[in-house]
This record gives sequence, structure tokens and C-alpha cells, in this order.
Amino acid sequence: MLFKVFPAAELIRLFELLAADRIVGPVKKGEDRYGRSLYDFDVVHDFSDLHLDYEQTIHSAKNYFLPYREDLCTFTFQDDGSGDGGDWHKEVDYGVYAPLVLFGLHPCDINALNKLDKVLLGGRYPNPFYGEKRANMFIVGHSCSPQPFCFCKSMGTDSAIRGFDLFLTRMDDLYFAEILSPRAFHLLEQIDCHDPDSSEHRHYMDIMEARESLFIAHVDTSDLTKILDLEFQASVWEEWGQKCLSCGTCAQVCPTCYCYGVEERVDMDFTRAYKEKQLYSCNLLDFASVAGGHNFRPESHTRLKYRYYHKHRGFVEAFEESLCVGCGRCGQSCLARITVPEVIASVRASKE
Amino acid sequence: MPLSKNSQSLPAVFGSGVLRITICSLLLMIDIESYTLLLNQVLEMTEQKAFLGVPLTRPKVAFFELSSCEGCQLQLLNNEATLLDFLSLVEIVRFREGMKEAGDDYEIAFVEGSITRMDEEELLRVIRSQARIVVALGSCACFGGVNQLKNRFNDLEWVKKEVYGSFPIETQEVKPISAVIKVDLEIYGCPIKKEEVERIVTALVLGEQVHHPQYPVCMECKARENICLFDLGEPCLGPVTRAGCAAWCPSNRLGCWGCRGPAPEANLAQLQIIMEERGVSRERMIDRLECFGGFAGFVAEVKGKKGESI
Repeated sequence: MLFKVFPAAELIRLFELLAADRIVGPVKKGEDRYGRSLYDFDVVHDFSDLHLDYEQTIHSAKNYFLPYREDLCTFTFQDDGSGDGGDWHKEVDYGVYAPLVLFGLHPCDINALNKLDKVLLGGRYPNPFYGEKRANMFIVGHSCSPQPFCFCKSMGTDSAIRGFDLFLTRMDDLYFAEILSPRAFHLLEQIDCHDPDSSEHRHYMDIMEARESLFIAHVDTSDLTKILDLEFQASVWEEWGQKCLSCGTCAQVCPTCYCYGVEERVDMDFTRAYKEKQLYSCNLLDFASVAGGHNFRPESHTRLKYRYYHKHRGFVEAFEESLCVGCGRCGQSCLARITVPEVIASVRASKE
Repeated sequence: MPLSKNSQSLPAVFGSGVLRITICSLLLMIDIESYTLLLNQVLEMTEQKAFLGVPLTRPKVAFFELSSCEGCQLQLLNNEATLLDFLSLVEIVRFREGMKEAGDDYEIAFVEGSITRMDEEELLRVIRSQARIVVALGSCACFGGVNQLKNRFNDLEWVKKEVYGSFPIETQEVKPISAVIKVDLEIYGCPIKKEEVERIVTALVLGEQVHHPQYPVCMECKARENICLFDLGEPCLGPVTRAGCAAWCPSNRLGCWGCRGPAPEANLAQLQIIMEERGVSRERMIDRLECFGGFAGFVAEVKGKKGESI
């Protein structure tokens, strides 16, 4: 990896060099009732709207690589009236019209993309809708200050070692830049930057060390796959299930939840039809409903349990890592205050 | 001309001199030449429609209104971009908001409004005997709607006197239409969401099953990346209310009032805890849950526990 250092005032030049493409980054959306700032990812038109000091966004940047709703294909029918139904055409649009710059992703969100890549691109049937978007993406990571709800350290996703073009760490008046792509290297050539000297190396190491002490929330993942298997019947699941609203909020804000449903839609004039994909959640009542009407998971606690099993057990067995990146968004957004650290701790403490 | 795409499929109902109000508003958008062209095409139109070579029949549809504001029916006329397509799907024989004629030969009856008088019950029975499919259109028809708010007063005679004074009027306890006749399909919302009705009617014409979302409004609200109204200190029934409205109110920073009724398996016990934890009084929560009648069962349960009445 290559390292560079540049004055913080140069960041606006970096932003402007990238601004020919669409830039999406953390912007302030409002304040909550206690006056705390609320952030989300959105298209950034002006550098001053970019809030790189954001603690965490409410939603992940998922909408830009796994949209909540997306047409998978469109059918056009041309009925010539001959009675055989006429001709039809199928169009597929991956929805990529311009390169995208994700500016200011924290390590958890970069690692989320790395995990999604494994599932959606690494398998036998890569997902072209996701792949096209990923191929046209330039990622500028940004260091974060761990929040009380962050448990990325437990999930091994507190730092990103790949999956970005450029990663920036703020050091007072300087930025410490990690470079992973030729494009990022050439970008930095166009601004005022230099190779870090030994004191700047030291400074960077100090900052990283100070960050370590800020982690409060932890999830004990040792032997977790086995413990989850052993505690499959534990009554704590029912307790959490009683709280669960089955509303899908956790999955909607999650940077790695990729499950979806597909529905067909026909225009009212019958000349066009669509297959529409909608991101779904395993907590929703009909997630495991099948043709014929049977629902394999009619109880909320079963659905909630399987969400945890997918993230912390099934995925680990398949990919040797958890699907959870510890960003804490699900717990922050859950009105019933169901948080991953508490659920896992309660299962571990179960004595059944 | 914005309407050219639709002109091939104009329904007879359009050409027969009805829907004048709508034509007037359409006229504002298109020039006279286009309008003449449109009318000529109406006269030449072919009625037979097909999808994938399978001929489709346009069902005869009637709209009825019981006690209501007729706002749901008005919603259907409210989107001129798709109105002609919608009208081409069905043959409308009765639609007070849009035409003078009132036919009695229909297969699908859309009934808006709730029951507040005996004659409405009788009308419903006639509709049921005539229609193959009876659709409850909007929250009044589905749950009683805003009208049913009067049911929470124990003394309905007192309510009548407060509202109408000495004016002689018949009014009884408000009921949803399912209390009197079998309802085949419910379309929720106050008002209904036009896009949803269009999707449902398309499905009916194609003979497909009609699905309502099984999840609460939160799912759609999150997909619109709204700030949670609870974070802003505003109570919201989104966590328990059936989705399908694309989080209409929360997206405009108004907490959900539950007009679409409870989502299946809605976790109302947890809603109480959520409201309590955030300092929303029980009375305020019940006010909200009572507004459209969809949560009547739960409200009765909560009140029953405390043994209270208003």
C-alpha cells in the first residue's frame, strides 16, 4: 500500500477533481429532538454539504448499489391483432448511467461491500445489476470515531484493508491517505501532497491507538456458530420475538442485507410488463411463505432467530466471516431496541 | 400531445358524453386540434383487449357511496396522466363523481363509505345480490373510518343531539360494510392510494390474485430514507399499520394515523411500550388508534383492561 499526506485544506480540490462524476457522501438531514445531527448518504453537489465528521448515517449507502426497488427487466408487447399474441421484446437495464463516487465511507461500510462482493459476484451466478454498479464505483474511505453502539471491532471490520480506492484518516490539519488504485494515485498527484515522514507515521499510529480505546460495545464471537447451534431452542429467542415489530427496519438500514422478492407488474394498457425486485427482510411475516400458502416461519421469534443465524452462523460457515459488520445501525433504528450485542449476549448467557 | 399513447384504448364511457368535468380539465392541458383527434379516435376505437394473446373482457364496474366524503372516488379522477388507461380497463356503468348515468348491470361494485343508516344496509344487500365482486373502497368501508369515531361515545342519542340539534335525521352506530354483507376485497386508506387501486384493478382484469403488503409502514418509510418521526419526538403508528401507501404521511413528516388498519400480526403490545418509553400518553396513543377504526379490536382490549369508558 502507498501512503501520502496532504493538508486538510486540499480536500476540496480532491472533491472537485472527482466532481465530474456523481458524488454520494454523508450529508446532514436534520436534527433529532435532542439537537443531535442526523446524517444520511445523498448526492453531494457542494463540498460544504459533505459532512465527513458524521458519526454514523441512519441508512447505509445500500440504495446506490442494492436499490430498495429496481426493475430487473421490462417486456414490451406488440399485439398485431392476429390472435397469436404478437411479438414481444425484453429489455434489461442495469441502471448504471454514470460513474459513482462514494465519498466518506467508514471502514464498516467498505467491509460491507467486500462481503456483498463475495456473495453477489463471487458465486457461480454473479449479479450483473450489482456488478455493473460496483464496476463503476470509486470509493473514498474516511476514518471514523467509534460510537457507543459500534461493535465493528468484534466483527473484525474496524479497519478496511481492501475494497477502496483511497482511504483518508484525519490527523489535525493533515490527511493521511492510503492508496489502493492507480486512479487514486493520479488524483493525489494533482493536489499538494507528499510522502509521510517518520513523525507523520508516528502521528498516524498514535491516532489509531487512541481510536482503539473508544470502542465500548462488544460482541463475543468466539465459538459463536457452535453456540448458536446449541441454543437453537433457547427461550431468549421468544423473548426477543415478543419485542420484534416484524417491520423490516433492521434489514432496510443494514449495509449487507441483500434478500429480495420479485413481483410482476403489468401496465394498465397491457403494452408493457415489468419484473420488479424489492429488497425484503427475513423479519417480515410472509418472508418464508410459499406457494400453496404454507408459512415456514409464522412466529416473529423464528424469523428474528433466522436473521441472526444467517448473519452470524450460516454466512460464517460459508465464507469464514460474519455477514454483520457491526455498524450498529439496526440497533439504532429498532424502535423495540433490539441490538445485536444484547441479543448475542443473551443467547450466550442462556443456560438451557 | 401527452395523451396520444392512451387514445387507442379509450372506453365507450368516455365517448358517450360522460365525464364532462374531467374532459374540461383535460382540455386545459391539450389544444383543440388534439382534442378533436382524440374524440375521433374514441369513436373508432375497438373494445377488444388482449394480453399475451389472451382476450380480456372489460368488467362492468359500478361505484357506490354510503356515508363518506367520496374522497376515495375523487382520488381515482385525480391523476389525469393515467386516468384514460384506467377507464380503458373497465366499463364504468355508475360513477357519481364522474358521470350522470347510473346503470344497474355491473360485475364489480366498489363501495365507499360506512353504514350509518338502515337504508344503506338495504342498498348493500341489493349490491351484493347483483355484483360478482364487492370491493370495500377506503377506510370508511373497511373499518368505519373517521365516521366511527362517534361510536366511542356511549350515548348515541346525545351525539345526535350535539351534532344535528332537533333536525330529524336517522343515524345509527357506524359499521363497516363487512358487518352487513360479505366483502371480497378490501382497499385500505384514507384516502385510497390511486396507484394501488390501479394495480389491483389491473390484477382483477387479468384474473390474478390480489396481494396486499404483509408488512408495516416502517418498511416503506425506511426505503424512502426518511428520518424516523420518533427521533423527532412525533408519535407514529407506522410500526403497526399495514403498508401500501409508500409511507405517504411520514414522508411528509406527519406521523402515521393508521388509516390502513393493522398489518397482519401487528405487534401492538410493543407499540404501547414504544409510546410509553417516548413519553406519549396512553390517551394520545388511543386517540390515534381510534381515528379510522382499523384498530377497534385492540382499543377495546386496552380499554377493557382498565375498565374505562369515555
